[in-house]
Amino acid sequence: MRKFPVGSKRGLLVALAALGVVLLSSCATNAPQDFLNHPEGPAAVSADHLWNATFLIAAVIFFVVEGLLIFAIIRFRERPGREAAQFHGNTKVEVLLTAVPALILAGLAIPTVRTIFDLAQRPDNALNVTVTARQFWWEFDYSDNDVITANVLHIPVDKPVYLTLNGEDVIHSFWVPRLAGKQDVVPGRTNQLTIEAPHPGVYYGQCTEYCGLSHANMRIRVIADSPSDFDAWLAEQQQPAETPTDPTAAEGQKVFLQGPCINCHAIEGTDAQARVGPDLTHFASRQWFAGAMFENTPENVSAWLADPPAVKPGSKMPDYGLSSDDIQKLVAYLESLK
Amino acid sequence: MASAETPMPSPGTHDVGAEAQHHTSTGLDNTKMAMWAFLGSECLFFGSLISTYLLYRERAGGGPAPHEIYDIPYTSVSSFVLLMSSLTMVLALAAIQRGNHRAMRVWLLATAFLGMTFIGGQIYEFTTFYEEGLSLAKSPFGSSFFVLTGFHGAHVTVGILMLLGLVGMSLSGKIQRSDARKVEMIGLYWHFVDIVWIIIFTVVYLIPS
Amino acid sequence: MASVALPQRRGLFARPTATKGFWSWIFTVDHKKIGILYGATAFFFFLVGGTEALFVRLQLAQPNGQVLNANVYNQFFTMHGLTMIFLVVMPMGVALMNYLIPLMIGARDVAFPRLNALSYWIFLFGGLFIYSSFFLGGAPDGGWFGYAPLSRLQPSHGMDFYSLGLQILGVASLAGAVNFIVTIINMRAPGMTLMRMPVFIWMSLVVSFLLLFAMPVIAVALFQLMFDRLFGANFFNPAAGGDPLLWQHLFWLFGHPEVYILILPAMGIVSEIMPTFSRKPLFGYAAIVFAGAAIGFMGWGVWAHHMFVVGLGPVATSAFALSTMFIAVPTGVKIFNWLGTMWGGSIRFKTPMLFAIGFVAMFVIGGLSGVSHSIVPHDAEQTDTYYIVAHFHYVLFGGALFGIMGGLYYWWPKIFGYMLSEGLGKLHFWLWFIGFNLTFAPMHILGLQGMPRRIYTYPDGMGWNFWNLIETVGAFTIAVSVLIFLWNVVLSRRRRMEAVADPWDARTLEWSIPSPPPEHNFDEIPVVEHRDDWWYRKYTTKPSGEPARVYAGGANGHDGEAGHGIHLPSPSYFPIIAAIGPVVIAYGVIYHVWPVAILGAVTSLVAFFGWVLEPQTAEEHH
Repeated sequence: MRKFPVGSKRGLLVALAALGVVLLSSCATNAPQDFLNHPEGPAAVSADHLWNATFLIAAVIFFVVEGLLIFAIIRFRERPGREAAQFHGNTKVEVLLTAVPALILAGLAIPTVRTIFDLAQRPDNALNVTVTARQFWWEFDYSDNDVITANVLHIPVDKPVYLTLNGEDVIHSFWVPRLAGKQDVVPGRTNQLTIEAPHPGVYYGQCTEYCGLSHANMRIRVIADSPSDFDAWLAEQQQPAETPTDPTAAEGQKVFLQGPCINCHAIEGTDAQARVGPDLTHFASRQWFAGAMFENTPENVSAWLADPPAVKPGSKMPDYGLSSDDIQKLVAYLESLK
Repeated sequence: MASAETPMPSPGTHDVGAEAQHHTSTGLDNTKMAMWAFLGSECLFFGSLISTYLLYRERAGGGPAPHEIYDIPYTSVSSFVLLMSSLTMVLALAAIQRGNHRAMRVWLLATAFLGMTFIGGQIYEFTTFYEEGLSLAKSPFGSSFFVLTGFHGAHVTVGILMLLGLVGMSLSGKIQRSDARKVEMIGLYWHFVDIVWIIIFTVVYLIPS
Repeated sequence: MASVALPQRRGLFARPTATKGFWSWIFTVDHKKIGILYGATAFFFFLVGGTEALFVRLQLAQPNGQVLNANVYNQFFTMHGLTMIFLVVMPMGVALMNYLIPLMIGARDVAFPRLNALSYWIFLFGGLFIYSSFFLGGAPDGGWFGYAPLSRLQPSHGMDFYSLGLQILGVASLAGAVNFIVTIINMRAPGMTLMRMPVFIWMSLVVSFLLLFAMPVIAVALFQLMFDRLFGANFFNPAAGGDPLLWQHLFWLFGHPEVYILILPAMGIVSEIMPTFSRKPLFGYAAIVFAGAAIGFMGWGVWAHHMFVVGLGPVATSAFALSTMFIAVPTGVKIFNWLGTMWGGSIRFKTPMLFAIGFVAMFVIGGLSGVSHSIVPHDAEQTDTYYIVAHFHYVLFGGALFGIMGGLYYWWPKIFGYMLSEGLGKLHFWLWFIGFNLTFAPMHILGLQGMPRRIYTYPDGMGWNFWNLIETVGAFTIAVSVLIFLWNVVLSRRRRMEAVADPWDARTLEWSIPSPPPEHNFDEIPVVEHRDDWWYRKYTTKPSGEPARVYAGGANGHDGEAGHGIHLPSPSYFPIIAAIGPVVIAYGVIYHVWPVAILGAVTSLVAFFGWVLEPQTAEEHH
């Protein structure tokens, strides 16, 4: 907005062009949670359709109102010999300017309400996954398939996935922007959300309800597989953990089972059956860990084990003061859990 | 429509302005209007507390449930006591409007006494409930019950303090017949607190869950 | 009669007598001094809250920022919100209301001067109380919205200070609201009918009613949180059957009216500035008044649009989507009426007018993005992202703060008796305007690119780096503009370009008296015959419709002697003493030191007895 007539029209054009370049370049960057330019799931796409209509109307109103404002600023500025016209209002104009926005909004209301009800429907033939959110990580329970995993959600492409969202400690919100809008995960309540991915690939998301110290680090990765890849993944996840063959890893298993680890974690096929922290049965098969904050590399895992709250503020897993020897063994064991 | 005829006020004539201060634009008394506004605000305060109670009364969390613990006859008696205090409050106001200071003090003391009886009953009720296992921390039902009735009790207590203050002021000669407004003001508050109790008694104790 | 209404020394204590210097401010009950105190305090908190925002922007300037750790960041973003809402925008509105309501309606003070002083001191002590938490183990860190159950679980005492501190501030707001309601309804000068009141007065009245009914709702929620945290209650404990959504319903039932509490005073200010600098009456006065009242009513029916993704079900969601859409209509009416006010006018671009125009230009953007939230399926994407942060800053900064800044420039000469420099004012405006847009416009883009709110850090590779850096540059541009404002105040004060009574050729009663006004405001209570009465005392209408000057202007001939004999309420010791009590009680409750809490209660009780028994003055004598 400019408050005064601009002397040089060319300067204005140059400025606008520069602004356009900047805006375009910002769209071109790789933004994996960008739902404005890359909505993919059906829910995200239907929201985007509504947005496009709304944005168009809003843009028209914006340019009309700001245009009138600039026109008034230029046309009605104080000039010698011209007095202000003394009128108090104009009923016709006022009624018109009340009615027109009301009608526009009524026009927006109809498709909005229709979409609200569409999105609330439970899909047929969906894959059911129960999502439990905790400070600061996600548990995914494929209850029909006897698989529990954490932070990285595998789904088949082109198939609706019906998420049942359970809260435990505080309110979190499940959001994978390109797939669907968010849904809060409220303790003591159960919410539902349907997501669907049209293409194979990794979809980024994160918790979007402020949930404490590491709210920023509570991320989600959704991996959409082709149906055959997904079935293979599921079959593998249904297996109990393999007994380690590598001697260091075997020692790591001992450390794991004799140390504090089993107070919180479960590894199917062993005595570790606690459900406080993430299930680690197929830990090594996950690309990310700790609320998808870190890539699953031996270096990252050993840094994590050395002092979890130091690398992730507020982590519920405390610093157990593990020796670097034990850490090395544990890493070898955990990375063997394919 | 614009008029130049408006006479410019001439400086120096203060009396008109000072005089005007004694009148209000609506003719209603400032303090009374303020009290009504405050009581309007209180409606939402108690409304929110009562809504919370309605949401939570079924959530006894293994502790005592409402119907197991309420002693309706007992609470009916203490409610009646509080209701009677509105009557004595009216009599106190009538007395000062007649200029009868002594009668006013008697009725004010009676009102305060009835209020104290109610508070005593509430303390006894709270103690009994606590012994039967219902506490603030026991369940959402316990939390919402004690906070709702507790805040009501606090309002009654403030009312008693104001009533006793009035009696004290009257004894030291600070309440004139023309000050009946002060008694009326505290009466408004007192009646409001009574009415709130009628609602609480109905909603909390009488309506079965 | 004023001349005989000498103070009657019939109470226990004499009232303080200082009329100048430090103690005259401490014990004042003059609405003008209290207004200045409110404004100065709010401005101090504005600098503090702004500094917090600068740190937040430094932290987010690049990915993996190391300026603040998660803990401090969470305290800063929480305190930034709390400060700007409760300690800056609200009290700035109250400051102007305090100063202007009696002047604009032709009264000598508010209805309850001592209660007014009490409000201020409770507000000040409440604000300092919340800030003392920084030195007592950590400030509130659960967000200004304090969502349970997180707010009941946060380990430091911060959220205790939150629950009790907001409670204390609420008492101040409530007392202020009652006072303003009675003042506006009951203290108007003869002839000042409701439909002749300046729009700022109308908006103050609506805001006061909103406060009156919204504060008790948040009070209940805050009490429940306090009982949960400090006394083991289970209001918000899901494990015991408590419902976290109860907090959200109560909070937003207060919180949405609160939004209008923040914005309506600014709308009132703009409605005063626009006609003055357009030299025209306000376009559609009745429509603006009714739109303000309509917003006040409809504001109670839209709260759940803050809760579209908590799982309310499609029916409730649709209903709140519709109510949210239609509250845009009265808001739109106001925008068109301001445009209509400028239309055909003779616009002078003085600094206040620049801010008022900036308000309209920016508020349109905030209003349009607000409508987009009612498109629920898309709101499910954009809620809790930076898109929301962009939206409410366009409303509360682009709206409320632009309006308040305009108001400060507009009424500064009236309040302090000297003009602010126009050159520095314009520089302030343009830097502020540019900095504001640099900071907040890119937040729309970031939100739509999936950047959530309330995150203390973000990794590289999310595509958010560029705009975050720009925003930080913008934030510091705003900071520079604020420094220029401060410099303007200092410099203009030193140069002391005296303000005449009516420097802008304005329209309402406050300009009919000297700058600064005498303690008793009006030598003689004006008799009002028109809306914009002061204008019509200066101008008549030519047959051609143009205004013609009939009066030379300037103050009502005020001579130094005129105030004698007008009896004003005396200063009082008790408001400030009574205001100490709540804060002392709160410390006692937080740390479970009951003697301290009792001491606080006794302090207030004793002060109130002194209050009742101190000598009456004519002003408060009924």
